[in-house]
Amino acid sequence: MSAVDSQALKSQHKLLAEYNYQLRPVERGYNNRTLFIDLGSKEIAEKPVCFEMKRKFVGGKGFDLRLLWDAVQETTRWDDPENEIVISMGPICGNTNYPGSGKSIVATLSPETKIPVDCNVGGYFGPYLKLSGFDALEISGKAQQDVIVFIDGDKGKIQIIEAPGEAVDSHVLAEELLPQFAALEKDKQHYSFVTAGRGGDHTRIGCLNFSFYDKRRKVMRFKQAGRGGTGTVFRDKRIKALVVKFSRLTGASNNPVDLKKVQDLGLKMHHEILSQDDQQCRMRQVGTAHLVEIMNDYDLLPVHNFKFGMHPQAEKLSSHEFKKWFTQGMPDGCWFGCTLACCKAADNFELLSGPYRGQRVVVDGPEYETVAGVGSNSGIFDARSVIEINFYCDTYGLDTISFGTITAFLMECYEVGILNKERTGGLELTWGNTPAVLEMLHQMASGEGFGAEVASKGVRWMKDAFATQYSADRQFLEDIGMEGKGLEQSQYMSKESLAQQGGYYMTNKGPQHDEAWLIFMDMVNNAIPTFQDKADALHYFPMFRTWFSLQGLCKLPWNDIEPADNATTEAPSKVPEHVANYIELYTAITGFPLDKEELIRQSERVYNFQRIFNLRMGGGSRGEDRAPYRAVGPVTMEEYESRRERYDKQLKEKMGVDPDGLSLEEKLRLHRVYREEQYNKLQDAVYARRGWTTDAIPTVEHLRDLGMDLPELVEVVKKHLP
Amino acid sequence: MKVLKTYDDRCIGCGACMTVCSMTFFKRDDHARSAIQMLPVEGKGFHLVVCEQAACGKCVAECSTQAISISKQGTVLINKGICINCFACVAACPIGAMRRHPEEITPFKCIACGACAKECPVDALAIVQEEAAVMGTDLKSLQEEA
Repeated sequence: MSAVDSQALKSQHKLLAEYNYQLRPVERGYNNRTLFIDLGSKEIAEKPVCFEMKRKFVGGKGFDLRLLWDAVQETTRWDDPENEIVISMGPICGNTNYPGSGKSIVATLSPETKIPVDCNVGGYFGPYLKLSGFDALEISGKAQQDVIVFIDGDKGKIQIIEAPGEAVDSHVLAEELLPQFAALEKDKQHYSFVTAGRGGDHTRIGCLNFSFYDKRRKVMRFKQAGRGGTGTVFRDKRIKALVVKFSRLTGASNNPVDLKKVQDLGLKMHHEILSQDDQQCRMRQVGTAHLVEIMNDYDLLPVHNFKFGMHPQAEKLSSHEFKKWFTQGMPDGCWFGCTLACCKAADNFELLSGPYRGQRVVVDGPEYETVAGVGSNSGIFDARSVIEINFYCDTYGLDTISFGTITAFLMECYEVGILNKERTGGLELTWGNTPAVLEMLHQMASGEGFGAEVASKGVRWMKDAFATQYSADRQFLEDIGMEGKGLEQSQYMSKESLAQQGGYYMTNKGPQHDEAWLIFMDMVNNAIPTFQDKADALHYFPMFRTWFSLQGLCKLPWNDIEPADNATTEAPSKVPEHVANYIELYTAITGFPLDKEELIRQSERVYNFQRIFNLRMGGGSRGEDRAPYRAVGPVTMEEYESRRERYDKQLKEKMGVDPDGLSLEEKLRLHRVYREEQYNKLQDAVYARRGWTTDAIPTVEHLRDLGMDLPELVEVVKKHLP
Repeated sequence: MKVLKTYDDRCIGCGACMTVCSMTFFKRDDHARSAIQMLPVEGKGFHLVVCEQAACGKCVAECSTQAISISKQGTVLINKGICINCFACVAACPIGAMRRHPEEITPFKCIACGACAKECPVDALAIVQEEAAVMGTDLKSLQEEA
C-alpha cells in the first residue's frame, strides 16, 4: 500500500463523533473508569468503576460480563443493537515483566450459542487501551456505514470515523490503515488494531484479529479472539476497525504498588524459560504446534471428525514439519516481556489460491488447534495446506477451530452419503480434499455458495437442516456433530477421558479446552480415578484457569513451561511455584491481599455469574451440558473395530460382560449405556462440588457464601430452583 | 569491534573499576550500579565480568523493541527511549553482563568507554579492537538485525 493510496482512502473518511477525556495515570493496575460507545446514537461516555466492582468482578472477563449483563435483556439476541462487544484486560495486564501479561478478553452474546462467549486474546490492543485510560471498552449499537473507532491514548481523544473505502479482510486493512495513522516506522509499534474480515459478514463463526506490530518483519501481525462469532457481531455493528494509540509505554506504566517485585518475578520467569524451554515444550521454536506428535502418540489427535486419535500420516503435521516454515530465533511474543515467544510465523509464504493468490504473506501460526482442526480432523496431512487455510481463515476473520470441526463434520456427512456434489454445489468434500476446503472457505468470505449458505451456520444448525431437508438419521447427526451449546468442540479426543468430557461439556461457553484440560491427569496418569476426584478437578481447574481471564494473563506460561523441579512437588499438575508467582504478582500490582483460596473464589464469583447469565438467556441448565456421543464413546462400527482390543477389554473389566459371542451392535450399545451413565454420574458429582443443584443451578446459599447473592442473580436462579 | 578486554590474573580486587563506572554513569559510588563486575573466586583472586559486545549479541536478538543495537564500532548499546524495561535481555545474557539494579527501571551494560581501563592500577582492563567474526559471530548480520 503506497502512502498516496492510503491517503486517498483517508480522504474518504468522515468524522461522525469526537470526545475528549482527561489523561491520567493508571493506579495499581486500574483506571477506575470504562469507556462506552454507542455506534447508533454516536454517544461516547465514561463510566466509573467502583470498589465493589473490582472486588466482585476483578477485571477482564469479570468486567466484560458485568457490563454486558447490564446492557442486554433476557430477550436480546446477538444481532440486536443492544448486544455489545466488550473488551477488558484486568489489573495484571500491561506490565512488561511477567511473561504472558498482555491479554485482552472479549465478550459478547454469541451468534452460535445465544449466550455469552468470552475469548482470551493476545496483541497490544487491551494493554494499550488500559494505558490509554480505560479498564474496559463497551461497544453498543450499530453504525449505518462502516466505521473506525480511534482511541488516541496520547491525546485523550476518541473518534468515530466513517470509513467506506478500506478493505475488510484483516491483512489488507492493516496495510491500508497503518500508513494513515503512523507516518514513521518508529511510530508503528504504538498502534494496535482490532479487525474482522469478510467472513464475519457471511458466517456465524467470525473472529476478531488483535494486532501487534512486528518490528523485525515490519508488518502488523494478529492474534485471534476466535470462538463463538465475535467477528460476526463486530461486522453486524459495521465496525471496520478499532484503533488504539499509546506511545509512552514503560515498565512502570501499569503503576504497580511494588515495581521491584514485579520485575523480580518476571526476571525469574525469563531465566526459567530461557533455561528450560528447549528441554520442555519448545514453545520458542514451534509454539503450540509441539503438541501434534504428543497427541498422536497418545491417541488424542482428532482424525476424521474425531473418529480416531492417531493416523499413520500424522508425522507430516508434526512440529518438525512446521519448524521448517517458522522463522527461528525471533522474539515472537504477542506482548512485551513474553520470553515464551510462542507466536511463530511462516514468512514470505506464497498463496496458491483465492483472491490473494500469488501474494507473499506472513502467516501467524499455525497453532496446535488449527493443525488438528483443518489438518488431521479433516484428513489433510500436509503442512503447506494447513498454513494456506490458516492464513485465509485469519484474514477473512474466521475461527479456525470452528472451521475445522465444521469441515470435518461435513466431510463425514459427505463420505456417508448425507451430502453429495449436488447438495454441496459441486464441492467434493472427501477426506483430505484441500482444494474443496479452500473453495468452501473462499465462499464463506464472498457470501456465495454452499460455504456461505450452509457451512457458515455451524454444526448445530446443519444437524437440524440435514435431518429436516435430507431426511438424514437425526440420531446419527446428533452423535457425530461435535458441538455443545452450539459451539464447535476444540481439537482433543475425549472418548477415553471422562473428566475431559466434563472439561469440555460442563463449561460455561461451550466445548473449549481453556476451562479444563484433564486428559493426561485422568487417562494417562490415572491421578483422578473416582467421581469425587474428577469433580474436584472440574472445580479447581476451571476456576484456576478462569483467573487468567480476570487478570489479562495468558495461560501458557503457567504450565507450558515448568520449574525444573516441578515434578517433585506435591501437586505437579497445579505447578505450585507458578501459582505462588501469580499470587505475589497480583498483590505487587494491586496492593490487595490474596492467597490461593481467595484466588479460586475470585474466579468462582465470575464463573457463577456467567452460569446464571446463561440461565437468564435461556441456557445454562443440565440439559445444555449434553455431549454429542462421539465425545463420549465410539459411534460407528468402524470406530469400534479400530480399537477393538481396548473396547472389548473395557467390556470385561468395567462392565463385567464377556464380549465373546456378542455382536458389534450389542457391544456398541453396551458401551453407550455404560459411558452415558458415567457421564450422568459425573454431572451429579461436578454440580454438587460446584455448589449447584442436580439441574446445574447455583443455589442461593452458594451465592451467599461467595458474596454473590446480588438481587439480579437471585431473581434468575429462583425461577429455576425447585 | 571495540571491546573491554579483561585480564583476571592481574586483578588485585581494588574495585576502582566499579567505582569509576558507577560514578561515570550514575554519579555515585555504588558497585551495584557498575557495568563491570569483579567476582571473587575462592583461592584464585577475581573474575572480571563484562559484556563481550558484538561477539555475543544474544540480548540484541532477544529484544522485542529493538532497543538494543550494535554500533558501527561493534559495541552493544541500549536506547533507553525505546526500551520498555522487560529485562528479557538480562536473562538472555549468558555471562550476567547485562545488569539490573532494583532502583533502576532500565537495564545497563558496559559500552566499552574505557573509563575503568584508565583507572585500573594494574592494567587488568584494556580497550582493544577485535574482529567479531574471529570470535565466532558475524558482526554484519548482527548489525543488520539491529
